[in-house]
Amino acid sequence: MASPAPATPAPTPLKVNLEFSGGMELLFNNTKNYTIEIPATTSEHTPTLLRHLIFWIRDNLLKEKPELFISADTVRPGILVLINDTDWELEGELEYQIQNNDTVVFISTLHGG
Amino acid sequence: MARLCEICHREKAVLKRPKTLQSICRPCFYQVFETEIHHTITKNRLFQPGDRVAIGASGGKDSTVLAYVLKTLNERYQYGLHLFLLSIDEGITGYRDDSLETVKRNQLQYDLPLKIVSYEELYAWTMDAIVREVGLKNNCTFCGVFRRQALDRGAMLLGATHIVTGHNADDIAETVLMNLLRGDVARLQRCTEIATPGEDGCVPRSKPFKYTYEKEIVMYAYFKKLDYFSTECIYSPNAYRGYARAFLKDLESIRPSSIIDIIHSGEAFQVRRGVKMPTQGFCSRCGYISSNPLCKACVLLEGLNRGLPKLGVSRAGLQQLDPQLGPAADPNSPPTTAAKEYPSSSDPSAAAAVRTGKSLDW
Ligand SMILES: [Zn+2]
Ligand SMILES: [Zn+2]
Repeated sequence: MASPAPATPAPTPLKVNLEFSGGMELLFNNTKNYTIEIPATTSEHTPTLLRHLIFWIRDNLLKEKPELFISADTVRPGILVLINDTDWELEGELEYQIQNNDTVVFISTLHGG
Repeated sequence: MARLCEICHREKAVLKRPKTLQSICRPCFYQVFETEIHHTITKNRLFQPGDRVAIGASGGKDSTVLAYVLKTLNERYQYGLHLFLLSIDEGITGYRDDSLETVKRNQLQYDLPLKIVSYEELYAWTMDAIVREVGLKNNCTFCGVFRRQALDRGAMLLGATHIVTGHNADDIAETVLMNLLRGDVARLQRCTEIATPGEDGCVPRSKPFKYTYEKEIVMYAYFKKLDYFSTECIYSPNAYRGYARAFLKDLESIRPSSIIDIIHSGEAFQVRRGVKMPTQGFCSRCGYISSNPLCKACVLLEGLNRGLPKLGVSRAGLQQLDPQLGPAADPNSPPTTAAKEYPSSSDPSAAAAVRTGKSLDW
């Protein structure tokens, strides 16, 4: 058996703060704040984008009803997303490249006023 | 690569406005958000100096932001208004208790007097008790009808000369769609009005957020860290409205101006002459404004108290309530007439829709 090839060091995972409010938290065990770690790169060795983060959230944190969080491969319309307190529409939306220590906030506008 | 604000060209932009697609910074956002509401108020002459204004306060985002902004504008522009918070306690354990706690905190945070009126004191029925009686099918009909009157009665107890509610542009667009989908011509005409005049038994009402996008209200609350309560009413299935809302949000995500466009369509909508419209009169029992001899709340109460809770929620039920009801009970009336004062079979929550925007929002 050949000796294993020297492994390329895995990049340090990214720490991301998540906040769910406006009723979103009901989908997440009624918990508003999470700090998570996700890989800095995808399995295709590309940088981790917001697109990957929302699927990571769906697969790892979401407790029920994924269709209330993701619809047609994006965040369901009516949920506001802020990246470090800035509207995600100014940050490239799904194409935003996640940085270490980012804070991503999801606020539902669909719950009673 | 932070983008600069398109208004001041100095600060970092934090928000893309759905109405104008401008990228703007936080201070400019506060400025335009508040100023637009100020212009809506002055252009439409919503208030007179000295008015006693009851803010329909549910503890949710819209009414919380409305209370905060009205207080701010009243001081900044010296409207000379006396502001109050007016909350309705529907008697829903675990839902309204929590949101009322939020309103009580708002009372202290904004230093505004608070009046709470309950269904129990007004009607001798809580929503919990009504649901035990009628089940989860038509409960929203009861709640919506009772809330509308409760706001008026609470306002009169406060000596209020005006009621404001937190209906925003998205709510109004949604109501236009709902009324269109239901063929409710009378309401389609009325639902875009920014203000309704006071008539006997009714306090004048207005919607200062008529042109304010929900996204901006939520962003404002978020940036200002305003304290609001958000959850779904435990009794509100309201599937039909849910679909309309999701549809609207889908449209908005493609073209944000859809919201205002739908409101404009509602405003421009004209009813052909000869279409029979309901005539307003007064309830013979409680004196509340009504297009039928008995107002909807009295019909519903009668049903509850006689153990016939279907009374007033279905046409068959209406007919059990004798000739008093007049033409509205005629099952052959075409759908655009007074018979639609409360839609019967298709959507149990329909009656809640007129004023409410959402089932538990004023
Ligand atoms: Zn600016
Ligand atoms: Zn009555």
